[in-house]
Amino acid sequence: MSRKSFRQAINEALRQEMRRDPRVILMGEDVAGGRGGTSGVKDAWGGVLGVTKGLLTEFGEDRVLDTPITEASYIGAAAGAAATGLRPVAELMFVDFVGCCLDQIMNQAAKFRYMFGGKARTPLVIRAMYGAGFNAAAQHSQALYPLFTHIPGLKVVVPSSPYEAKGLLIEAIRDDDPVIFLENKVMYDDEEDVPDEPYTIPFGEANLTREGDDVTIVAFGRMVNLANQAADRLEKDGISCTVIDPRTTSPLDTGTILDCVADTGRLVIVDESSPRCNLATDVAALVAEEAFDALKAPIRRVVPPHTPVPFATVLENLYMPSVEKIEAAVRSVAAYRVKEEA
Amino acid sequence: MSGTITPITMPKFGLAMTEGKLASWSLPVGKEVKAGDELADIETSKITNGYESPAAGILRRQVAPEGEMLPVGALIGILADADVSDSEIDAFIQHFNDNFSSGDAEDKNSDTTARRTVDVGDLKISVQESGNKETGTAVLLIHGFGGDVSNWMLTQSALASSHHVIAFDLPGHGESTKQVGDGTPAGFAKTVEDLIKALDLPAAHVVGHSLGGAIALELAKSSPDLVKSLTLIAPAGLGQDINMNFINGFIDADRRKTLEPVLQYLVHDKSLISRQMVEGIIRYKRLDGVVSGLKTIASASFPDGKQSVSLRSVLETFEKPIQILWGEQDEILSTKDADGLPAAISVTRFPETGHMPQLEQAAAVNTSISQFIE
Repeated sequence: MSRKSFRQAINEALRQEMRRDPRVILMGEDVAGGRGGTSGVKDAWGGVLGVTKGLLTEFGEDRVLDTPITEASYIGAAAGAAATGLRPVAELMFVDFVGCCLDQIMNQAAKFRYMFGGKARTPLVIRAMYGAGFNAAAQHSQALYPLFTHIPGLKVVVPSSPYEAKGLLIEAIRDDDPVIFLENKVMYDDEEDVPDEPYTIPFGEANLTREGDDVTIVAFGRMVNLANQAADRLEKDGISCTVIDPRTTSPLDTGTILDCVADTGRLVIVDESSPRCNLATDVAALVAEEAFDALKAPIRRVVPPHTPVPFATVLENLYMPSVEKIEAAVRSVAAYRVKEEA
Repeated sequence: MSGTITPITMPKFGLAMTEGKLASWSLPVGKEVKAGDELADIETSKITNGYESPAAGILRRQVAPEGEMLPVGALIGILADADVSDSEIDAFIQHFNDNFSSGDAEDKNSDTTARRTVDVGDLKISVQESGNKETGTAVLLIHGFGGDVSNWMLTQSALASSHHVIAFDLPGHGESTKQVGDGTPAGFAKTVEDLIKALDLPAAHVVGHSLGGAIALELAKSSPDLVKSLTLIAPAGLGQDINMNFINGFIDADRRKTLEPVLQYLVHDKSLISRQMVEGIIRYKRLDGVVSGLKTIASASFPDGKQSVSLRSVLETFEKPIQILWGEQDEILSTKDADGLPAAISVTRFPETGHMPQLEQAAAVNTSISQFIE
């Protein structure tokens, strides 16, 4: 056990699974680490954010494939390789680039098992970074997990910490279906204790990072950390919260969400993706339909406005859910009282 | 100037503890205490434990309010005689806090406890050593099924003042290699024998808990020269019955909700099973190879829901001191397994205590062990 960053946890998961299973290969733009211009230096940088550092030197160019900047070709190739016996981990870099290869994901990889009568397996992992807060502007800051969650046949993972990232990525690589694994780009330097050995965290099992009596907060990815900070502050004022990290948006652990709402009767959902048809609306619909009688207050969503992610720091900060916004939403549902009929 | 002022500070329970929460004070301000009286309940990330007064005096101040999280070594209360004035106490608190920086206590303790990995054949065994290697006699602590070195968090440091104390993770457990071999107590005893040799110990006082008790008995049988004395805490190997709801539940449960009731079998005071303890065991069980290793151990030691290995005869033939410690409310192995043993064996039964006396009756267990091995 030692302290590892989110980046190191992902690197270690890839390395351990590549050692364990020769069918695991990496593909993507700059996954070989960058060639150092004409210097001949290999693995100069370890990928755009240093996540795949050292993998080329350990596993060689047959298993760590630098691809041309054509997402349609290498995501398609990865889907085909998965269907024919390899276990590729393809890196899309910024998830915003999915527009260039959506057919390969949505209409091919996601559909193979179904279209071939259950006889095809597609053990493909697509890694990509998502999220605002990095001043990367509107084309490199989106949180597109709802887009993938919408497509049957895909599993979608949104890890909330280094420990979670390692176990969920190993689970993703060992899974026989296509998995979209989304890394929040602001979290790569977050650190915590992560076991040195390989381990797996099952999909579709939410994690309760804390349990309380008053309000349930469902938060995704980096928002789990913000929700925990808000819950710490609220606890000082006697408002105790349950914080649910669903870990995967598909499959979604609806049972845990409903159980917790049955206990607290109040629900706040924190989702940094665009607010229309996102996970917050999905969870709100679930609870309104299945746990209406348990609700003591309206469901509140802490989400960004329906706009592109702004570039300017002040506007980007204003756009994002924050600890303060979560705290205010929780206080409002905790204070809510049904009006007496006149 | 008048009588002495004794600062009460956040204690350090176990190697990993850096901070603790003052869960509740056990007595009000103004009450007189003797050394050893319980002052407060301290909650750490692993366990809630009573904190006993280090000295006699009157509890003059509760510096830490209930619910406050503080670093190890921080001032939580003041003991002083009646003739010490309030202003003297105020000045003392002021001076203490001005000079306190968290981490000081950590530095003072860190030289005595060290974690390292020892190669034992093909296995990597994670070992945690405390106390003085040169002058202290070796005491070896063997945990039970599904446990690890943290089972000794309240034992190890208490014994380390006078002994060289070695706790380790059995194969398949904690941070050791996850291969368990045939999973029998005899197989583990061979590993323990090799570990004792790898550590260059001529012999050791051996303390075994639960399945670790059976392993200690196997070791005493196969290598009596390595064992100076045996302390068996709620040991396996003396009877047939075992609570298979615990064994099977421990193997099967993979969520907090299902694991927590299983872990509650371990203790009489169910509130001791903290959220973090449950989470720690879930994390351990997720590691590659752990669940299959636990299944191997369970089927080797408890096939058909009964203990398959009887080691009562060792108690009759082993020629060095043996003591047995057991909780009367043990829900996993029954204390009646300690009935009818040779008269030379001392058996201590703790009231209001479950399967883990070393956690629930830490002070009494530590006293029993240190007096026994003196």
